[in-house]
Amino acid sequence: MSQADVTMGHPPGMITGLPPFSVSAKKMAIWLFIIADAATFAACLVAYGFLRNGAAHWPKPFHSIVNVSMMTFILLTSSLTMLLGVRAAKAGDKSGAFRWTMITAAGGILFALLHIREWLDLISKGMKMFSNPWGDPLFGASFFSITGLHLLHVTGGVIALLIVGLRYMRGRYNADDLEVTGLYWHFVDLVWMFVVPFVYLLNLGQ
Amino acid sequence: MVDAPDVQKHEPLARYTDPLGRYLIIYLCLLVLAALQFVIAFSHLDTSAKFERMLLIAIAEAGLALAFFMHLWAEKRGFMLFVVLFTGFVLIAMQYGWTDSYRMEVGAPYTQPKVGVVPQ
Repeated sequence: MSQADVTMGHPPGMITGLPPFSVSAKKMAIWLFIIADAATFAACLVAYGFLRNGAAHWPKPFHSIVNVSMMTFILLTSSLTMLLGVRAAKAGDKSGAFRWTMITAAGGILFALLHIREWLDLISKGMKMFSNPWGDPLFGASFFSITGLHLLHVTGGVIALLIVGLRYMRGRYNADDLEVTGLYWHFVDLVWMFVVPFVYLLNLGQ
Repeated sequence: MVDAPDVQKHEPLARYTDPLGRYLIIYLCLLVLAALQFVIAFSHLDTSAKFERMLLIAIAEAGLALAFFMHLWAEKRGFMLFVVLFTGFVLIAMQYGWTDSYRMEVGAPYTQPKVGVVPQ
């Protein structure tokens, strides 16, 4: 039976092999990754809430919001610059797209540095994975695993932005590749919107 | 004979041609919502009230980022529903463990002695 026989009488997109939902394979792959990764982060946050809810003395070690607010501002702004990069790429502005992508990567690096500074500050105050001077010993494990997982995503995102940006500039990758990387970067930003209130702001020492 | 379908020739729905002003407005909305979470953190509400408000704001932020920054709104409705409903179902199903968390916290009902029964 020929392919013409198979497709005859069927609505377009059903048998003809057009991409499902009119989404390219690359974009579908990154969306499926995002869905799976959202479940991973949600599981971490639920486990954190589970521990926090069951603990008698949950630590509230954060007294300043300067660092976390700077990190939030940088990550949100980097999401905007990523958007501008993809927009420029779609419009055919190659140098503009490259510039915005590199600015986004720089934002990611700055975010990671601030994050590491905060970790070092907490470690210097005596916080470890399974002990801390303030209360429930599992606070360190939950804090480091959630923020560490996010930091790992940011680091991976920065590496991806640098590689994809450079290869896009050299003509090996196209605007669609930049868009896919941008979707990942926006997701990293989206996750941070949940990490900040639950891990930082609910643990502010009044 | 039917030509083999070419994914690359297929026109994407999300074209990233929105005016710059729209992106800036969404960005400002996200900043304001994030700032609102910080304001709530310093309010005199109890922890559960803070949590509820922060969660609602975080969901609103995520919705804006998904719809406009990630252009989910510009994709086919079927795709948008697939992403939102599938993810939503998984995230909601994950909440089953809370009852056990409350049991850990208050010890009820399993660890409380039954009325009229003398502990051994």
